[in-house]
Amino acid sequence: MSPSRLLLGVSAGVLLFLSLPMIAVIWLSFSPTELLSFPPSGLSLRWYADFFVSDRWVMATRNSLLVGGATMAVATLLGTAAALGLHLGQFRGRALLLALLTLPMVTPFIVTAASMFFAFSLVGLAGTLPGLVLGHTVVAVPFVLVSVLASLATFDATLLRAASSLGATPWMAFRRVLLPRIWPGVAAGAVFAFATSLDEFVITLFLAGPGQFTLPRQMYANVREYMTPTILAAASLLFAVSVLLLLLTEALRRR
Amino acid sequence: MTDRELSETLPRTRAALAAWDGQGLPPETAFAALAQEAASALEERRIGALAQRLNFERSGLRALLLRTARAHDRLTAPYSESLPALDARWSDPEIWRLLQRAAGPTTSLYLLRALDLTRTAEGEFRRVDPEQAVFVTLFLRTLWVSVVVTGACLLLGWPVAACIAALRPPWSSVALLLVLMPFWSSVLVRSTAWFALLQREGPVNDLLILLGIVDAPLQLVGTRVAVLLSTIHILLPVAILPMVGVMTRLDRRHLLAAASLGAGPWLRFRRVWLPLSLPGILAGGAMTFLLAVGFYITPALLGGEKDQLVAWFIAQFLNRDVNWGMAAALSAYLLAMAGAVVALLRVLTGGTPTGARI
Repeated sequence: MSPSRLLLGVSAGVLLFLSLPMIAVIWLSFSPTELLSFPPSGLSLRWYADFFVSDRWVMATRNSLLVGGATMAVATLLGTAAALGLHLGQFRGRALLLALLTLPMVTPFIVTAASMFFAFSLVGLAGTLPGLVLGHTVVAVPFVLVSVLASLATFDATLLRAASSLGATPWMAFRRVLLPRIWPGVAAGAVFAFATSLDEFVITLFLAGPGQFTLPRQMYANVREYMTPTILAAASLLFAVSVLLLLLTEALRRR
Repeated sequence: MTDRELSETLPRTRAALAAWDGQGLPPETAFAALAQEAASALEERRIGALAQRLNFERSGLRALLLRTARAHDRLTAPYSESLPALDARWSDPEIWRLLQRAAGPTTSLYLLRALDLTRTAEGEFRRVDPEQAVFVTLFLRTLWVSVVVTGACLLLGWPVAACIAALRPPWSSVALLLVLMPFWSSVLVRSTAWFALLQREGPVNDLLILLGIVDAPLQLVGTRVAVLLSTIHILLPVAILPMVGVMTRLDRRHLLAAASLGAGPWLRFRRVWLPLSLPGILAGGAMTFLLAVGFYITPALLGGEKDQLVAWFIAQFLNRDVNWGMAAALSAYLLAMAGAVVALLRVLTGGTPTGARI
């Protein structure tokens, strides 16, 4: 059955509402003047140039990529290991463990952030770069876990036994038999982890030290100070990266 | 919650008060211990945490404690006479009972205060003074905003999800991509976008004037309308995606069967579509609500003083007031609200909103 005209009309309206704000902001970021009104009087790359020569923004970009990369590495490692253990292991309490590991997904971010601030202050991790990476990892791991578990659902565990009966070590069986079959899930999880860290703001607000400005933190600080089109350029760049990462996971999902 | 300031700063006072039965005034040892320990704590600069802790329970106690600590050189034994001579409040048994209760190791002070309650010296619950009673209003406001946002997201999201499920490829993928793109971009980016759009000289005001709805630009940033509008916009994909997941897996023959049995569109919707897509609606609603109750950035950027939710107060207590007890108490209640929603969803559908399966 094809959707009725009414349904199509309403949906188109809602989708327009969803898309228009970002389209407007991207357009405004190319404005040649500081005015934020429509339509911009022309097109210019002035604010992008401003972004890339400003020390603060370049530093924030560097920090974001650093924290994102480290979070991706740690979260992918931990999340994949946890997924393998949950899927292949036979032990009591697996459902409970899964619930605990995915808890950060259903906990309000502010609560996760506040709890980590308390815990990290006790052990001296608050305000440090490793603490920030660890904080981002906590919220990124569930995404890796869910993604890898989904790809494991179609994996036949008897293949691993076949490999070991042919004399393969566990590591060899993992690398030559398991990984080639589940890598799209692992890679998608890694992208998820990177994207989560790149966009994360609330945890950063509590855990980052005074000098550690990530892109979202720099944006927030600037918006509150003075709204310039440079912020919109930064927002557009972050949005573009998010869309690229989304397309990447979609491509991985199809494999 | 833990309550260690008094026992860490005034250990001997705590010991002396522990032996006191709470009747009349405490023994001279308590007076003496307090006078000496307060003075040494002030000298070693570690009195601040306790002063703040006590002042939070009853305003004025910070001043009393500091005054007593500074006056140590002038105080002479017996302290049970010189302390009340310095400040008459030291002859009030209730102050001493308050100190006795603050000995820890745990206190219900913060959890009660987060509900606008306090305990009298006799241990009875009492509402705090109206000018301090902000938290019940705060929780009700958070609940109200979350319910409105969740309702609006479901109402707006349902047709989109139904449409995506019914469209043929590649149109279904295109529509899904339009939902996924905002879903993947950060909350801060989208809040910033709304902040720019809702400026006085911004595009939304331009549009309103162009359409003749208003004559002069409106102040939109800093209003409840701005918070609701942007929060709905930001959480809409969160509501849509679980519904799409459920609806694409639905067996469409049920609808055909209903139609062949003579059911009209409204009846088909109400008796077939709605019940079948209910798990998706519940999961989408739960996820939206969970995110809405903890929303921080969007109200902080786009709302005024009176539009802030629980999350903002947690951040304020942590970063500005350094009152970790209150931050933890509010977090605990927020977590309880989230837990209740997850538990409710489990009971209704037997699954969690994350949809993770082993």
